[in-house]
Amino acid sequence: MSEVAVHRGSSARRIQAMVLRYWYLLMSSWPRLLELVYWPALQIITWGFLQTYLTQTSGFFARAGGSLIGAVILWDILFRGQLGLSISFLEEMWARNLGNLMMSPLRPIEFLISLMIMSLIRLAIGVIPMTLLALVFFDFNFFAIGLPLIAFFCNLIFTSWSIGIFVSGLVLRNGLGAESIVWTLMFGLMPLACVYYPVAVLPGWLQYLAWTLPPTYVFEGMRALLIDGVFRSDLMVYSLVINAVLLAASFAIFLALLRSAKRHGSLLGGGE
Amino acid sequence: MVNSDITPAPSPAADRAAIDVAHLTKVYKTTRAVDDVSFRIKRGSVTGLLGGNGAGKTTTIAMIMGLVLPTSGCIRVLGHAMPEEGPKVLGRMNFESPYVDMPMRLTVRQNLTIFGRLYAVANVGERIAQLAADLDLNDFLDRANGKLSAGQKTRVALAKALINQPELLLLDEPTASLDPDTADWVRQHLLDYRSTHDATILLASHNMLEVERLCDRVIIMKRGRVEDDDSPDQIMARYNRATLEEVFLDVARGRAPVAETS
Repeated sequence: MSEVAVHRGSSARRIQAMVLRYWYLLMSSWPRLLELVYWPALQIITWGFLQTYLTQTSGFFARAGGSLIGAVILWDILFRGQLGLSISFLEEMWARNLGNLMMSPLRPIEFLISLMIMSLIRLAIGVIPMTLLALVFFDFNFFAIGLPLIAFFCNLIFTSWSIGIFVSGLVLRNGLGAESIVWTLMFGLMPLACVYYPVAVLPGWLQYLAWTLPPTYVFEGMRALLIDGVFRSDLMVYSLVINAVLLAASFAIFLALLRSAKRHGSLLGGGE
Repeated sequence: MVNSDITPAPSPAADRAAIDVAHLTKVYKTTRAVDDVSFRIKRGSVTGLLGGNGAGKTTTIAMIMGLVLPTSGCIRVLGHAMPEEGPKVLGRMNFESPYVDMPMRLTVRQNLTIFGRLYAVANVGERIAQLAADLDLNDFLDRANGKLSAGQKTRVALAKALINQPELLLLDEPTASLDPDTADWVRQHLLDYRSTHDATILLASHNMLEVERLCDRVIIMKRGRVEDDDSPDQIMARYNRATLEEVFLDVARGRAPVAETS
């Protein structure tokens, strides 16, 4: 190269470039921003009023103060975390930009890290107003959960990333025809993750399955905290261990699907 | 390298070449998109890949870039095996293709900023200003990419391809859908870039005049195989034709070179 004004690129710089790309995109479209806030706000208002009604009519819910609203917010962290990652990925498919990225010095792991960072940013934009609405309308201070909230949040976000990375790999390999899985897979986990009811409600054999999912431990831990006033650190540790396995597996699967996409020439098309 | 049984150790000549492709084959299910293709492209040259639709040009370029994995054969780019050593070489090359777009909602400046950072360009702002002047982008530098005309988009894609001042430039139909004036302007710019940077250019094109004007060497592909490989003048002489377009038609319709038939 002649007077090439290029220096050795660092991973951090490439990740930063990708985050900047998604930030520009988010800021260029007010409907995208509005959508991030709209659904969580709608959720919290609907479920908040339901909880208000139940506390007036049921002794249990009067005691369980906030467990329903807490579950709604934690579920949204799980769902929106996954969506935040997967939608940033889909933006590349919709824009037919993957070829540009895959041929640049950007490494797949750096791409995934930038998607994780974007998932946190999009989550913050959607969930922080949601928690404020819960405080103002239903007198539920989500942040009063305190330190356990960090354990709940980390475990949920790790699960959301694992699923987000996995579904992004599926779309990468199979094209936009597989896009619907981005929106639906997490809902498939909802009944088993026991978001709104204790694991004990499930039939015995289904309970074994439920305990294989990290979010089950989080929702069970949240109920223990809000209803019984006990922080179950053991549940958080189990969840973290399963999450570590899931996250490592999701990375490996994504790389395998990327390789398969390159073998099948899918990166040149990206359509259905 | 893929399939180690047919990938010999690279020779010094292969390492000196900008691109060295040996026995490259790509099979999609039952279709042989590229069939035992070998060529070596020397640094600083402009080479055209010619061929009809489905000849294997795009697949060959995509394999060189690492976007498609070969079924067998080996590729070395700037002395490095692809795709294994891609991270060592991807920052020194770039490409433009109609199969990929620049993000539509971002402005031209935002897009170039991002790619500048991805390619570790030291002073991205300065480089964008330089490209904007060279490629006449200033009037729409802060306009969303989706709101540009086809000609403007092509210039922006070219700016992205040149952002890191690549040693190796891969171009797939660089002037497709451009009016003759803009296409001519792009070709002149490519020639200028090659002479000022001693860059190597490999381009796939259907435009025979473009290939005649730009290329030192032409590789003609048909049904995934190399049909002919020489300078444009030599190929035209071999087919006893005045233009590459006539040669192209001869190849497409299965007419052998005059030298072979006489």
